[in-house]
Amino acid sequence: MATQHSRSAARMMMAPAVFLLLVWMLVPLTLTLWFSFMDYRPLRGTFEGGQGFANYARFLSSSAFQDSVVTTLIMVGGILLITVVGGVLLALLLDQPIWGQGPVRILVIAPFFVMPTVAALVWKNMFMNPVNGLLAHLWQFMGLEPIDWLSQLPLFSIILIVSWMWLPFATLILLTSVQSLSSEQLEASEMDGAGVVSRFFYIILPHMSRAITVVILIQTIFLLSIFAEIFVTTGGAFGTRTLTYLVYQRVIESQNVGLGSAGGIIAVILANIIAFVLMRVVGKNLDN
Amino acid sequence: MARAITTQRKLAFSTAAWIIALLIFFPILWTILTSFKTEADAIADPPLFLGFEWTLENYFIVQERSNYMRFLWNSVLIAVGSTALGILIAVPAAWSMAFVPGKRTKDILLWMLSTKMLPAVGVLYPIRLILIQTGLLDTKAALIFILTLINLPIIVWMLYTYFREIPGEILEAARMDGATLKSEILYVLTPMAVPGIASTILLNIILAWNEAFWTLTLTTVDAAPLTAFIASYSSPEGLFYAKLSAASTMAIAPILVMGWFSQKQLVRGLTFGAVK
Repeated sequence: MATQHSRSAARMMMAPAVFLLLVWMLVPLTLTLWFSFMDYRPLRGTFEGGQGFANYARFLSSSAFQDSVVTTLIMVGGILLITVVGGVLLALLLDQPIWGQGPVRILVIAPFFVMPTVAALVWKNMFMNPVNGLLAHLWQFMGLEPIDWLSQLPLFSIILIVSWMWLPFATLILLTSVQSLSSEQLEASEMDGAGVVSRFFYIILPHMSRAITVVILIQTIFLLSIFAEIFVTTGGAFGTRTLTYLVYQRVIESQNVGLGSAGGIIAVILANIIAFVLMRVVGKNLDN
Repeated sequence: MARAITTQRKLAFSTAAWIIALLIFFPILWTILTSFKTEADAIADPPLFLGFEWTLENYFIVQERSNYMRFLWNSVLIAVGSTALGILIAVPAAWSMAFVPGKRTKDILLWMLSTKMLPAVGVLYPIRLILIQTGLLDTKAALIFILTLINLPIIVWMLYTYFREIPGEILEAARMDGATLKSEILYVLTPMAVPGIASTILLNIILAWNEAFWTLTLTTVDAAPLTAFIASYSSPEGLFYAKLSAASTMAIAPILVMGWFSQKQLVRGLTFGAVK
């Protein structure tokens, strides 16, 4: 009887959160889906249905889409590579007994709290500017020709900026994972004569594998929707147009809402595939 | 001898760690330093590290020319407002999921998380359209509401992982001692939940403060927070490094400090309890 009562009370307590998220998810998505089957270009005053899958066909077959997928893959892949490899190494280093562990951690984690627009603009102007940037000075100091980072190596530059922001995140999570490794296990393997390399590959890395998976999945979700960093640096020019940015341009800049909405739905589907994998990993954790 | 080796190792590791940490932190340090330079010193060749004439001028200029305080106030309102609203909605939900779990609690939690993974750009146009139709485009109320919704799954999840750790036996003990439901919640559960709620608030303010998709695409003038204000420096006129630095320093300083306090909770909040 008491449980009956508390069950319904519990449902009442959950209702606002569930209802709001349901509306938030369904209403705009339904509209996007609807627009994606229309010829909807507000600036020309067209708002006609019955287009079938024309927008999807156009979006999928455009070279801009294919390029944007490649760009997205390179960008996300590059950032993941840098942050995961760097994060593992940095986590192992910070796990060692060092002087000033607290301050070191504070310095390392800091970039994660920097606003995306600040990070991108500071890097763009004060580091990557070909005349006044610090990197240009450094290059000159080494007797090299300064690089105009954002026009010569635009994709790499953005990868660098975003990696700087996400390396702390990967490091912090991987460090948490390393620290939960029992020292007895390590000592036992050391006594059995396992070297540094084999200890890393047979004990430490398997122990971290779960945390690495989580880092990769969560970062992928966030990285697929990188926006501000591209917005304030290249504006999508010079081959830095990701799928997210392409959809943004179609919908907002060229106001081709039908075409852009089809792109949006495609982006949603692609993200859902990744989300599905993440859910399974996180969901497994709920059981134990 | 073993001891000497350990000290040597410690020295080597410490040196490496400090060098890397300072390199990672350097862009922030450089921004802070540049904010105290004159515009001429900011682009001096070779670059000046500490030997320049320190000035606070940039901070005054930024405030005077662009009314910095208004953007700051918008950021504060949006971050705090969306967090408060989110907590208000999420506490009862997380509470009931943790203490009265049903058969579908797990599914609901995972479904909530999945809404977070919806690419924002996929729903940008409809949201804009709705806001234009209702006259809410470029208003703080709209942004507060939207940021509440996008962060709600994280808030619910974080609170849930904290609440779940409160042992049920304590409640039983309180009940045996004759506590009513009201006093049980007020005097037993709430004090135990406060640390979890506090760190959830902290993390969420950080996330909302730095959110830069909706704040850039849904604001123009009135509701623009610091993310949008800083973005306006992407097409500047004349010398602006020192002013950009001053504006940036003010924009990141409060969050940097809060972030340092919430390191531990960050791991938990952003991995949805999968890594502790």
